[in-house]
Amino acid sequence: MSDIIDTETDLLRFATIGSVDDGKSTLIGRLLHDAKGLLQDQIDAVAVTSARRGHEGLDLSLITDGLRAEREQGITIDVAYRYFATPKRTFIVGDNPGHAQYTRNMATGASTAEVAVVLVDARNGLTTQTNRHVTVASLLGIRQFALCINKMDLLDWSEERFDQIVADFLAMAERVGIDTVTPIPLSALHGDNVVIRSEASPWYAGPTLLEYLETVDPTPAGDHTGGRMPVQLVLREPAEGRPLRRYAGMVHGGPLHPGDAVTVLPSGQTATISEILVGTDPIESTLSGLSVTVSLTDDLDVIRGDVIAAGEPPAVAREIEATVCWFNEQPLTAGARLLVKHGTRVERVIVRDVISRLDLEQLDHEASAQELAFNDIGVVRLATAGPLVVDDYDADRVLGSFVIIEEATDRTIGAGMIRRWS
Amino acid sequence: MTLIDHGSRRTTRLAHLDALEAHAIFVMREVAAERERPVVLFSGGKDSVILLHLASKAFAPGKFPFAVMHVDTGHNFPEAIDFRDRRVAELGTGLVVASVQASIDAGRVADPGHGGSRNRLQSVTLLDAIAENTFDACFGGARRDEDKARAKERILSLRDEFGQWEPRNQRPELWHLYNGRVRPGEHLRVFPISDWTERDVWEYIAREGLELPSLYYAHEREVVERDGMLLSVNEWVVPGPGETAAVEMVRYRTVGDASCTGAVRSTATTVDEVLVEIQASVLTERGATRADDRFSEASMEDRKREGYF
Repeated sequence: MSDIIDTETDLLRFATIGSVDDGKSTLIGRLLHDAKGLLQDQIDAVAVTSARRGHEGLDLSLITDGLRAEREQGITIDVAYRYFATPKRTFIVGDNPGHAQYTRNMATGASTAEVAVVLVDARNGLTTQTNRHVTVASLLGIRQFALCINKMDLLDWSEERFDQIVADFLAMAERVGIDTVTPIPLSALHGDNVVIRSEASPWYAGPTLLEYLETVDPTPAGDHTGGRMPVQLVLREPAEGRPLRRYAGMVHGGPLHPGDAVTVLPSGQTATISEILVGTDPIESTLSGLSVTVSLTDDLDVIRGDVIAAGEPPAVAREIEATVCWFNEQPLTAGARLLVKHGTRVERVIVRDVISRLDLEQLDHEASAQELAFNDIGVVRLATAGPLVVDDYDADRVLGSFVIIEEATDRTIGAGMIRRWS
Repeated sequence: MTLIDHGSRRTTRLAHLDALEAHAIFVMREVAAERERPVVLFSGGKDSVILLHLASKAFAPGKFPFAVMHVDTGHNFPEAIDFRDRRVAELGTGLVVASVQASIDAGRVADPGHGGSRNRLQSVTLLDAIAENTFDACFGGARRDEDKARAKERILSLRDEFGQWEPRNQRPELWHLYNGRVRPGEHLRVFPISDWTERDVWEYIAREGLELPSLYYAHEREVVERDGMLLSVNEWVVPGPGETAAVEMVRYRTVGDASCTGAVRSTATTVDEVLVEIQASVLTERGATRADDRFSEASMEDRKREGYF
């Protein structure tokens, strides 16, 4: 293989989260700029717009705020993805909106992220919106948080203020269930401790943000199971006798190998893997996230939506309890009839009960809640029309998650993380 | 598949090209399962070459269940059209050609005149072809690193009956749970290589040994410099007063409408040399080569709202 092809680096997806105006877009602009992730024409375009708006120097937030309405209002509405690479890693950055009304877009950006970069304005400290974002990111299974305390230059790099915000954050993080936090004092505007170590914070001995991103271990929270493959399609191939059937899907969790005994769910039939292909190439083992086709030694009835599982099989359930993020203006109440897309299956559900709602100010679960309003987070119980092959979200991000679709409009109006079932 | 062992780290992770390929294949299979009549847009350009390769890989050893369509502005590089026809013949699939010239002849759009860009007219031709063929999902090779508006778009992006993109109200798209449902008249634009960069594209072309139109590699060509770009002298680009044509060693970083796609000076004749060159480049691929993207900061967003890719 060619020497110049970089086959050694892995891919890290991270997301910026935090309150409005705490500097998320500026930080990403700064990171890309200082890590040489921007090219001259991109810098020129930002310089022209910055000058036209009377901004001194480069307004780096313009790099990610790509929609007309965003630039006009100076806010971020939807997640923007940016890309850069260092010799150590390839990065995909999701720059998320800070406004509560765009939480659905923030959840979109955070759902595929492995690391969260939380921005806090040193002057304001934590806000309800910081709590909301950190809670959503944590529920979505992010376990690694870089706590970037921004605009430190406006407070003369006060170590005392930094320590105070870190203490506040750790207290909040404990309640939300986050255990790994790396606090970094920085100035996104001036670039201190983003890529280049600042001389203004001699009391800080930890990593710069880029050093952190290059070295953090992004072990996903949910990948602790045996090999799993939700079946996307059944590919039929002419053969002598009955046509050969291959099952197409993406493997997650542990590896699958030819010769492995597997269970096909929800039916519970067992079989042995005879061959695994990537394209037309047979392979001996899979890694999580690989798209393959699997064939089985036994002639089973397998359809889209089934799950092929090695090791201890996941559960089959008709009633599930899940933490739901609700993105619809109309509240979620008991009795609602909806669709869920779970794995590769779409199933009808009825909401049996809204069990509790999360109070984002107090971080308490209100058991008296009757409904989930727009952008609320809460626990609901659902009954499904057909069996779902489920697992706890913390153990398996794929079999533990679903999105909620409104049948009348086909809109995606919620997302859920499965906690219990029966 | 390349195994990455992080030594002290506990995890073994897919290498980045494997992860990008696997995700693109997953997206194509989901759309194949949830939509009735998907089509792959194929121009002969490098990103669409990758799309067809991924489609082949996703459904191997069988054939992919998609139609293939080219939206033809009529301002073509002959090398790209030759390549397009050869590739389609190799795959044994049909090709739907949606012609901007036909839209002009039918009075659907106004002719911008000789040498005028037909890029924006493509939207009408594309939407007409989608309606005529009742396609309900179109795979495109657009990438988020190309433009700020594209950086905001979902992998599965809904278009209403008028072909419009509504950037302020996109469907939430969490995890790998893609909502592929559409109402009558609506369709999806699907971007399986959204998360690839120009460098990823070239590394993948090298790794998979993919053939491209010769335009992508350095060759001698008669060009004229206009607005800081090198345009090939042809039927639509004629040197004007004060302009002089010259023969230069150039290659194309993107291949689009021949009236407005610029070449770059280059000596890179192999994939490896191209990789070295783009690593050293100080300009983005569209900034270096597309006159149509320069008019306004929001030009891509505006065109996308009208139904453009």
